[in-house]
Amino acid sequence: MTPGSTDAPHAFEAETPRLAKKKFLHDAAEHVRDTDHRAFVRRALGGYYTSRDTQKARYRDWEQARDAASLAKWSAVNRLDELLPRFVANFEANGGRVHWARSAEEARDIILGLLKTAQAKAVIKSKCMTSEEIHLNAALEQNGYGVVESDLGEFIQQLRGEPPYHFVFPCMHVRREEISDLFGKHLGTPPTDSPEELTMIARRHMRRLYVDADVGITGANFLVAETGQISITENEGNARLTAALPRVHIAISGIEKVVEHLDDLAVLLPMLATAGAGQPMTCYNTLYAGPRKPGECDGPEEMHLVLLDNSRTAILADPEQRDSLHCIRCGACLNVCPIFKNVGGFTYGTTYQGPIGSVITPHLRGLADWNHLSGASSLCGACTDACPVRIDIHHHLLHNRRNAAKNSPSRLEQLGHRLFVMVASRPWLFATGGAIFRKTLWLTKKLRLPLLCDWLATRDLPPAPERSFRSQWRTRS
Amino acid sequence: MNPAATTSARDTILARIREALRVPAPLPHMQSHATEVAAAAGPAGLTILPAEVARPWLPDGGETPDERLAILVENLRKLRAEVHRAADLTAAAGLVAGMAATRGWQRVAWHGHAAVEPVAAALGCETCRVDSGGFDKNVLEGCDAGITACEAAVAQTGSILVSSATCGGRALSILPHVHIVIVALDQIVATLGDALDELRTRHAGRMPSMLSFITGPSRTGDIERILVLGAHGPKELVVIIVG
Repeated sequence: MTPGSTDAPHAFEAETPRLAKKKFLHDAAEHVRDTDHRAFVRRALGGYYTSRDTQKARYRDWEQARDAASLAKWSAVNRLDELLPRFVANFEANGGRVHWARSAEEARDIILGLLKTAQAKAVIKSKCMTSEEIHLNAALEQNGYGVVESDLGEFIQQLRGEPPYHFVFPCMHVRREEISDLFGKHLGTPPTDSPEELTMIARRHMRRLYVDADVGITGANFLVAETGQISITENEGNARLTAALPRVHIAISGIEKVVEHLDDLAVLLPMLATAGAGQPMTCYNTLYAGPRKPGECDGPEEMHLVLLDNSRTAILADPEQRDSLHCIRCGACLNVCPIFKNVGGFTYGTTYQGPIGSVITPHLRGLADWNHLSGASSLCGACTDACPVRIDIHHHLLHNRRNAAKNSPSRLEQLGHRLFVMVASRPWLFATGGAIFRKTLWLTKKLRLPLLCDWLATRDLPPAPERSFRSQWRTRS
Repeated sequence: MNPAATTSARDTILARIREALRVPAPLPHMQSHATEVAAAAGPAGLTILPAEVARPWLPDGGETPDERLAILVENLRKLRAEVHRAADLTAAAGLVAGMAATRGWQRVAWHGHAAVEPVAAALGCETCRVDSGGFDKNVLEGCDAGITACEAAVAQTGSILVSSATCGGRALSILPHVHIVIVALDQIVATLGDALDELRTRHAGRMPSMLSFITGPSRTGDIERILVLGAHGPKELVVIIVG
């Protein structure tokens, strides 16, 4: 979404972009104080680390496999001009129809148009972050279409009226008691503390809805140029049901999801599952080539694909950060990020949370208003290490900081740097300043200096050394 | 919808892409010889297939049929699928009939296929045949189990590959509570890449409208990241390896 577009405000987004930073700082402070929440999220992720490492160990060379995965995406993204039209031609040859959308608004209008033509009464949807990005559900509801999220986590979030907390694990922050209450309130089911029983409640509730829906909406994880197929990755089977039973199948995808060869999936599918969820493969990896073919016994009569730009071409135009389009949305960088684990998913106020979200959101919505996310990183590089397609995530956060400083330099910072240059280039001044600072360091916290006290509120100062490094060096034995 | 608007959206996006790609991007930071291979090929004519390059780096799928069988069975068990061996289709039919009787299945769905028909014929309960002549999805929804053939079984990941062309369409392998799949011994391949190769040869130029790698019974970890089987798809995956 570009700033100034006519998107409906999202419940968890700042009403005006200018407030995004303020809201981020406020929410981050709140969440950091909530140690119960932090412990809960850490516990939920605990099993992931173990299973991810078990699965990674099955690779004969995980690091080199990452090379292959990153090369597959690099070669596709850098030849998008050739591969996207090839994909579209093959997809249409399979009987699918392609719709191009420059913006979120265009994508919503296209989908509303398709629902109108299909005379849709009931819409079932499987998890799709692109639809979150374009705020599809709100638009459908405003136009009188009932839509049900079928992924368990998304269904829970839909009932709670919240966006996903984590773009792979949407409700990882919600406790089972809350889910039990939620189901009791909306579905009239008796309370239970068993995750299995809660899952079965959703299962029973959903089965009729798949059968009765006339339109199914899904996302897409990969678009295969060679064969014109779209690939959908999931664990629950809800996407498969969504694309099997309704009469019309609509898929939504960003233009960057193209890969050239079907064989690329032999690398990308297992790596996505291992990096993102610690699985050998996710449970269902399904390739769709258009609607039901002659001789097949079921499947939709129509298949539509909405290809979304929505500022992706702006990222493409930045060769330095173009590799952030390699993202396969596995969520690994969120799972390992110390900031994500401390501030939580909602604090970001974005569709895509965590490190990769902090890289791409300033491109999607404007650097001026979203640059604060570039600071939501300790630059430890855990995200870059975790990324199966080798996106240089933490360096891109630095690049965004640099670009933001270039675009709108802060006079105060400039003054500070000039002062530092003046001091650092005069050894006598540096030594004198150091001597004074060593004596008065303890005062900085007491004095509540205007800018420093914010920074020091959550940090401890080390004790000042008695002698400077240079003096210790001179008298070394 | 206005067709002219769509055309112009298409043209705008493609023009933006061409414009954006005028400045080349550096290769990703890589650790292996793939860097040199890619650099030699150049961005425009990158001809190496990452899948081919990656084969020795990915999880092992076994070199011999025996190894492949052993790896497949081990992976399926870890995925909590139920694995059975049967000498022939008659033995497989006996297995499934026994399962239907002990679990008290009322109705079992199946599709026309040489590997499935004898198994379905031996069932003592009601059946529902899913075929291109059309079927009632409400009846299928009420079935306790569905029996299908498969295109291939992948040792490397423990995945069963089904297609809409030869495995009873899209719904049969996902809607009933139990999915029983008949795998012939010679359908076991080492890797995902091998399975995709087989498909390409078999369906040359005309891919089925759906291909699905099924890796264990349907599952979710959405509630507190605790694994639960049977989210929306089958709660149980029964793999019968015949031969």
